[in-house]
Amino acid sequence: MNFLKSFLVILIILNFNSLKADEIKMQNKITKNLRCLICQGQSVYDSDSEFAISLKLVVKHKINEGFTEDQIYKFLTIKYGEWILYDPQFNKNTYFLWFLPLLIFLFGGAIILKKLINIKK
Amino acid sequence: MINRTFYFFTVIFLIFVFVIFYRGLNNSNLYTPNTDIKKIPEFTSKTLIKKDSLNSKDIFNKNKFYLLNIWSSWCVPCRDEHPLLINLSNKEKIEIIGLNYKDNPNNAEKFINELGNPYSVILIDRDGTKAIEWGAFGVPENFLIYENKIIKRYIGPLNSQLIDEIKSYIE
Repeated sequence: MNFLKSFLVILIILNFNSLKADEIKMQNKITKNLRCLICQGQSVYDSDSEFAISLKLVVKHKINEGFTEDQIYKFLTIKYGEWILYDPQFNKNTYFLWFLPLLIFLFGGAIILKKLINIKK
Repeated sequence: MINRTFYFFTVIFLIFVFVIFYRGLNNSNLYTPNTDIKKIPEFTSKTLIKKDSLNSKDIFNKNKFYLLNIWSSWCVPCRDEHPLLINLSNKEKIEIIGLNYKDNPNNAEKFINELGNPYSVILIDRDGTKAIEWGAFGVPENFLIYENKIIKRYIGPLNSQLIDEIKSYIE
């Protein structure tokens, strides 16, 4: 019986650990996608500036409060603008950005196709 | 014919690239966000001198202009802008609220004792999270508030020109 109890306790602790690990994973994932606005070319995850340290804390608090990843991004874009995200969201300001590679790809494909047809002729 | 169109498009493309980069040269590389936040965030914070707890609702509730000044005793530009804030605090129509950013309370009090206190209230932000709620970058930073709305934000230290601008707002 005792063995079962201690087994259960250990199981619960381990479970708790994995929950915590998930939180840290999510925090890291989010902060890696956030641009440190006062240090150039670094993510919040990489930076140790005062701004980044506080932002990491805010993300941690928000995760604890039950915010989802998207909600946290939304919260921060309201405060700091779209620029804070490394991975810009899909909206009317970024249509061009998202579709440009596709357009270039299609354009290139059309050129190649035209050349091939010309060669065949 | 193909050669000519090719040259034409190359030249257009180069001009296009040149214009974009030339314009980019003039842009400041300090990023300032579009100030989308107009509403002031709600928060509760301890105060530096009285050491009591205050809610933001109880601070910005008069029919007055407020200047929220984010400062710290370790921040050198804050020291420079401090006399300007003291000068501004003589105006009746404006109240200056301090947000003490990531500071040691003893040092902050020493700073105030040494240089004077322009603030009607000093709130404490030990871990910098309250400044993030405001969308702030660091110290010093100022928000001009009227009727619970942010009407202007100043990133970096204030100078006499900006103080004149603030005065023109409140008059």
